[in-house]
Amino acid sequence: MTGETTATRPREAERQANFLPRDQLIALHRTMVRIRAFEERVAKDYMARKLPGFTHSYVGEEAVAAGGCAALAPGDLITSTHRGHGHAVAKGVNFNAMMAELYGKATGSCGGRGGSMHIADFSLGMLGANGIVGGGFGLSAGAGLAAQFRKTTDVTLCFFGDGAINKGTFHESLNFSAVRKLPVVFLCENNQYAQYTAVARMTPLKDLSIRAAAYAIPGVEIDGNDVLAVYAATRDAVDRARNGGGPSLIVAHTYRFYGHNVAEAVNYRPKEEVEARRKEDPIPRYEQWLQTNGVMDGAAIKGVWDETNDEVEKSVTFANESAYPDPATALDDLFADTRASWSTL
Amino acid sequence: MPLLSMGQATNDAMRVVMRIDPDVIVLGEDIRWGGSFGQFRGLYEEFGERVIDMPISESIIVAASAGAAMRGMRPVASMSFVEFSMGAMDELVNQAAKLRYMFGGQTKVPFVLRCADGTIRSAAAQHSESFEALFAHVPGLKVVAPSTAYDAKGLLIASIADDNPVIYLENKKIQPTKGEVPEGLYEVPLGKAAVRHEGTDVTIVAYSIQAVNGAEAVQQLAKEGISAELIDLRTIVPLDIDTVLTSVHKTRRAVVCHEAWTFGGFGAELAAQIQEQLFDVLKAPVLRVGAKHAHIPFAPNLERAVVPATEEIVEAARRLVRQPDRKAS
Repeated sequence: MTGETTATRPREAERQANFLPRDQLIALHRTMVRIRAFEERVAKDYMARKLPGFTHSYVGEEAVAAGGCAALAPGDLITSTHRGHGHAVAKGVNFNAMMAELYGKATGSCGGRGGSMHIADFSLGMLGANGIVGGGFGLSAGAGLAAQFRKTTDVTLCFFGDGAINKGTFHESLNFSAVRKLPVVFLCENNQYAQYTAVARMTPLKDLSIRAAAYAIPGVEIDGNDVLAVYAATRDAVDRARNGGGPSLIVAHTYRFYGHNVAEAVNYRPKEEVEARRKEDPIPRYEQWLQTNGVMDGAAIKGVWDETNDEVEKSVTFANESAYPDPATALDDLFADTRASWSTL
Repeated sequence: MPLLSMGQATNDAMRVVMRIDPDVIVLGEDIRWGGSFGQFRGLYEEFGERVIDMPISESIIVAASAGAAMRGMRPVASMSFVEFSMGAMDELVNQAAKLRYMFGGQTKVPFVLRCADGTIRSAAAQHSESFEALFAHVPGLKVVAPSTAYDAKGLLIASIADDNPVIYLENKKIQPTKGEVPEGLYEVPLGKAAVRHEGTDVTIVAYSIQAVNGAEAVQQLAKEGISAELIDLRTIVPLDIDTVLTSVHKTRRAVVCHEAWTFGGFGAELAAQIQEQLFDVLKAPVLRVGAKHAHIPFAPNLERAVVPATEEIVEAARRLVRQPDRKAS
């Protein structure tokens, strides 16, 4: 299928999903709910000026992070974006560490050094949200290169947006990854806007996935609001990468419910468009599917929401009660004071 | 002890380290061919796949090195001419230098970026410059600039051993300079300056090619009865300011020298730190020797008009020593 572009049809996604055990179908839902609940609370607290900095909401795009990360093995890696909270949640970073980081507290995942755009948890293979658009491309290729040399089986899933696809580093990284057959999956979240500019005004391509042909790698365009379609496409690509088949490009169509930044006035998107897109909300859509197929009933779904909202609430308390970092530590961790083991020779 | 050029010494360093550490890989354009200055010659024959020819994609050379470094490798990347690194500054400044700090110390980025800098034989504006001030300005990067074959090998080994991003600057003109280089593994620690010549009248602070020119300047000044002390910084970050201050405290005069532009150059940082610490001791203002603030021109006489050499160091030192004391002391 080298160089071809194929759409994963919904029926195919569903067929593959049916091989998923029931607990994994439930886990996909749970991950989406966790992202939504966390992000809605963050947006609310941010608007109430309780959080420093600024924040980019993942609300509306949950199916991409949830489906993508569910296709990974525990030792696999991800790189993320400025809109990275969803990826962190889906990779398993806990709410307390995330919320405390958003509050700039010492107990945060980066000790208050990073904030919203730099949440990372290397112990979980979450190699960091990244405030530079396209910042994950090269780091993912490097992680893939390390896997190749160290003969490990990990695959790196690189999340990026439709804005990043026009960076020079997109070309450099996909070309290099393809020529070396690196175990990397490039997953584009096409949320239709690069900051405040519609994707159609920035590239002549309707289907961004055909760019894969330039690197002789598989490219696929999928419905990014269908968590099962995201899961199926990512699993195919991850399997291929793990088995030496090299990188793939997946373009998932989705939509940002908030603006680029939570606090901004969103006046650059037609109201009708926003309303129509909100009806494609990936979470109610999947909940419908779960109920129709007898996987979960309404009470079970409500249970997940209640439990998650509770956990979010606790993380806010945790963040509030945590201390700010000691100013005396402001210069710590600039340099590692370790060195190669052969230094003692 | 074998007599090696600086280029041969760094080649030897690569070989010694790659034999003991399988995590060391080399990335760059035309690396298997040997590199623009032969600094990688023979490595492919010995180390095969660990020597990676890269597309002419400077960003991915740096970013993939940083990514691989976070995952346990110890990449040595080559930019050939330092000007080419400007195409990778986003990855270097916004990723490699920041990853450890902004992620709260969760990761480390042990990689070396080798760049050839400096003026040689009318290479003109895009192949003649020195950018150490740009690199040194960014927190999280170490910057190394050797001036002898012994240091070239020892500092490169220390740079590869270091768990942080290190910019290793190799001045083109002094690459053929030969010196005694021990075989096997040894290190010149980062952040330790060398007092190359002791003197009492004036301190010349330099690194890279200006440390070589500085040594010539010391000899010329001696003929005029001026006793100059020469300090070779060897590494710019971390900066061994203590060795500089100790010397200037003794001589009470200082000339700071580099081939890069004087304006906004690293010499300004040195001059500022010296006067902050030793204002009351100095007999005269700290003087700077560097390139004039223009691009490096092609015509040999124009090139010389912009880029400083030994003469300018001698002239500055002479001015400092000969001028009347500014303070009664």
